[in-house]
Amino acid sequence: MKLELRGITKSFGPLVANDHIDLVVEEGQVHALLGENGAGKSTLMNVLFGLYQADSGEIVVDDTPVDFRGPGDALRAGIGMVHQHFMLVPVFTVAENVMLGSEDTKAGGFLDLESARRRVRELSDRFGFGLDPDAVVEDLPVGVQQRVEIVKALAREAKVLILDEPTAVLTPQETDELIEIMRQLKAAGTSLVFITHKLREVKAVADVITVIRRGKVVGSAEPTASEGELASLMVGRAVSLGLDKAPATPGERTFVVDHLTVLSATGQAVVDDVSFDVAQGEIVAIAGVQGNGQTELSEAILGLQPVAAGTITLDSRDIAGLSPDKVLHAGVGFVPEDRKVDGLVLDFSVAENLVLDLYDKAPYAKGIALDLTAIRKNAEKRIDEFDIRTQGPGEHVGRLSGGNQQKVVLARELSRPLKLFIASQPTRGVDVGSIEFLHRRIVQERDNGTPVIIVSTELDEVVELADRIAVMYRGRIIGIVPSTTPRDVLGLMMAGVPHDEALAQATATPAPRDDQTGKTQ
Amino acid sequence: MNDQRTDPEKGGPAAPPAKDVEQPTAATGGRAAQVLREVTTGGFGVTVLAFVLALVIGGLLIIAVDPDVRDTASYIFARPADFFGAAWSSVSDAYTAMFRGAVFNYDAPSAARALRPLTETMTVATPLIIAALGVAVGFRAGLFNIGAQGQVLMGAAIGGYIGFTWSLPPVLHLLLAIIGGILAGGVWAGVAGFLKARTGAHEVIVTIMLNYIALYLVAYLLTTSSFTREGSNQPKSPGIRENAQLPLLLGDQFRLHAGFLVAILAAVFVWWLMTRSTWGFRFRAVGSNPSAARTAGMAVSSSFVLVMVVSGALTGLAGAVQILGTEKALTGGIAGSIGFDAITVALLGRSKPLGIFFAGLLYAGLNVGGRAMEGATGTSINIVLVIQSLVVLFIAAPPLIRSIFRLPIQPALTKGASA
Repeated sequence: MKLELRGITKSFGPLVANDHIDLVVEEGQVHALLGENGAGKSTLMNVLFGLYQADSGEIVVDDTPVDFRGPGDALRAGIGMVHQHFMLVPVFTVAENVMLGSEDTKAGGFLDLESARRRVRELSDRFGFGLDPDAVVEDLPVGVQQRVEIVKALAREAKVLILDEPTAVLTPQETDELIEIMRQLKAAGTSLVFITHKLREVKAVADVITVIRRGKVVGSAEPTASEGELASLMVGRAVSLGLDKAPATPGERTFVVDHLTVLSATGQAVVDDVSFDVAQGEIVAIAGVQGNGQTELSEAILGLQPVAAGTITLDSRDIAGLSPDKVLHAGVGFVPEDRKVDGLVLDFSVAENLVLDLYDKAPYAKGIALDLTAIRKNAEKRIDEFDIRTQGPGEHVGRLSGGNQQKVVLARELSRPLKLFIASQPTRGVDVGSIEFLHRRIVQERDNGTPVIIVSTELDEVVELADRIAVMYRGRIIGIVPSTTPRDVLGLMMAGVPHDEALAQATATPAPRDDQTGKTQ
Repeated sequence: MNDQRTDPEKGGPAAPPAKDVEQPTAATGGRAAQVLREVTTGGFGVTVLAFVLALVIGGLLIIAVDPDVRDTASYIFARPADFFGAAWSSVSDAYTAMFRGAVFNYDAPSAARALRPLTETMTVATPLIIAALGVAVGFRAGLFNIGAQGQVLMGAAIGGYIGFTWSLPPVLHLLLAIIGGILAGGVWAGVAGFLKARTGAHEVIVTIMLNYIALYLVAYLLTTSSFTREGSNQPKSPGIRENAQLPLLLGDQFRLHAGFLVAILAAVFVWWLMTRSTWGFRFRAVGSNPSAARTAGMAVSSSFVLVMVVSGALTGLAGAVQILGTEKALTGGIAGSIGFDAITVALLGRSKPLGIFFAGLLYAGLNVGGRAMEGATGTSINIVLVIQSLVVLFIAAPPLIRSIFRLPIQPALTKGASA
């Protein structure tokens, strides 16, 4: 089936999310849609899937214009979508989830679960998914849940499958498996639209690459194009991807976490007996798939989560159990993982956000009176220093782009003398151009002699920044390894394989995996 | 956690349970807060349009209930001019009577009489403005203080008690009575703040309940000997002593007292507090995004207490001013509907001190003028209630409707969805 989008335009108020976008997906082709966060990729796919109505333009399936009023129309036309956040009922079995929305019934109105089971088994065998139709979805690993989503689409005879940021939640190994699945689907004649901002994956699997920037198609590229070329297309200017940082010169180990345990609300150990230390002038990256206790660990250090056991020592002082105010005051700079929730007050101005944790201290306050001049001057200085693109200190932070918002958070946290700097997901949802800048600032802080902890789920970022890497899995640190550790070893460790074993496994089967994903050391 | 996830062969990671569960609640909380912010801090234009629209609908109601208009309506097709003439005169008569009663009586025989309506409006507006400022402090900090009524009552009771029982020199007596009222309101609201900080009890429910407690507490106090006049079993306190009374501003002819100056000072104070002080910075940050405030080291729970105390101190002051300036004796009905009207005035004034000042005058003007209108034209004062209610409805409706239909509020917010 050939799918064409012609001149699709969709705007939300003054924001034009899609501006006359043309796209042709040929049968049996993997078409990668590459663009930064907010470029309009997801909007385009939601138009295609019937979730949004385009303001103008048309969707053409096999040379026949179609009109999708909702996802049902799109599904009937043979378009399936795997959303970034899975649309599965956790307590249902695989078969039940697959039949959901098109439940077949036997005589008397009984659900025909058997035919759904058969369908799952059939598709699973054909593509080697290894799915058990009777497994309950919530018990399955994320990567397998994603396959359930794919089977769900295939069971409705999807000829075109849209994958929206499918690798965001996967371990590197699962990503490799997904890429293999995509190849098989392609071989079976299914067209795939692959939405991503990860260059490596695009190069590994795409036949055609269309790059979208600010709602417009800005060009297409061959998969042979270099990552640098793709990044430049995405950003609209030349970017250097490599970060040439000098080797670390670790000093004294001033930050020590010893046998730290943090419990969830239900009493489970979300951080389980974790011990590590960070030296001055060193970056330790905490790697791991989202939800393995990294968030809780960083929040426990700041004092946002109660510590159940263990100590957190900064400059030979135990800071475990102190309030965030005291921890910040002790010289900890903290960049939370979700800037919009924990990092910024969106309807405060840039200037106000830049002093959010210093507003009651000199020189920004005299007694309980704010010194607005000092706050404004500080803002002007930071805006200049961190190249924050804003109309001025008085502009609301909510109006800035993700990258500039993140710069505000970093500028605030790096604006005072630090004894420890913790950044969670420092570049999540940030454009490529700003990533480069933020990374340099973090390395600069390290070179000033501050111990730095980076919590990131992006392996690229971890490898780029870290001097040492601590891999977390299910609340435990499964190993602390040097930054030269091969990616596939790290990937296995993120899936819970201890270092030695991971090393053995990786060396046993090194070549194919690297070929598939184009990963290099 | 399930065993399947530990299987390293499958490369299965642990699913992210905690965050996924938290997100929906955070989102709905954010939406509610968003609506509150929209309602309380929206544009001036909407307010004016809402007021005009409410006056138009009020006019239609006046036409509908006017007997003269109804008479002409029976032969509307024969002589339509009669109908429209009668309709126009009934509305214009009602609204001009309202204007004469609330602002300036140009038919009055003397200048003093002509100006009296305006001073009367200012007198009625005084406690409204002060109490609304208190409610607005709560709004800006994300707390919905519905308990202004109870706090006004407590402020009036304690301020009044000091005023009619103690015997002190001038100035000092007044000052102490006012401080008594401030403390009473602050403590009363502080209870709600404390319970919210400690137990998470919702301030709306607690303050509503505290309203009832205050109402019956004052009713009880008015049966005790220390709160009633000697030899009287009327539920009315002795008069406020001369030294504790707020001085009249324009002489004996007018009721306008120095409480109006207190209201202006309170407005300036709230402006300074919210925009120029560290407390206000913290209040606004906590109100707008408690998570970010917490991460930035602000003590969110203790802020709840502080916000409620400040909010209650202002509403308590309103009660004290009402008894020391206008009523001059404590009765069970001294708070009238000040506490509830204050919520409306705070909304109408968009939670900004200047806006509240004018909204309070407007609201009081409608009340005072409505009474005059009823006397002059026989149009029921209930029309005024309808107008007041409609104003609030129209101001509150757009964000509510947006929220209900999940329409995008502004393009910046849809950006995330289109990423």
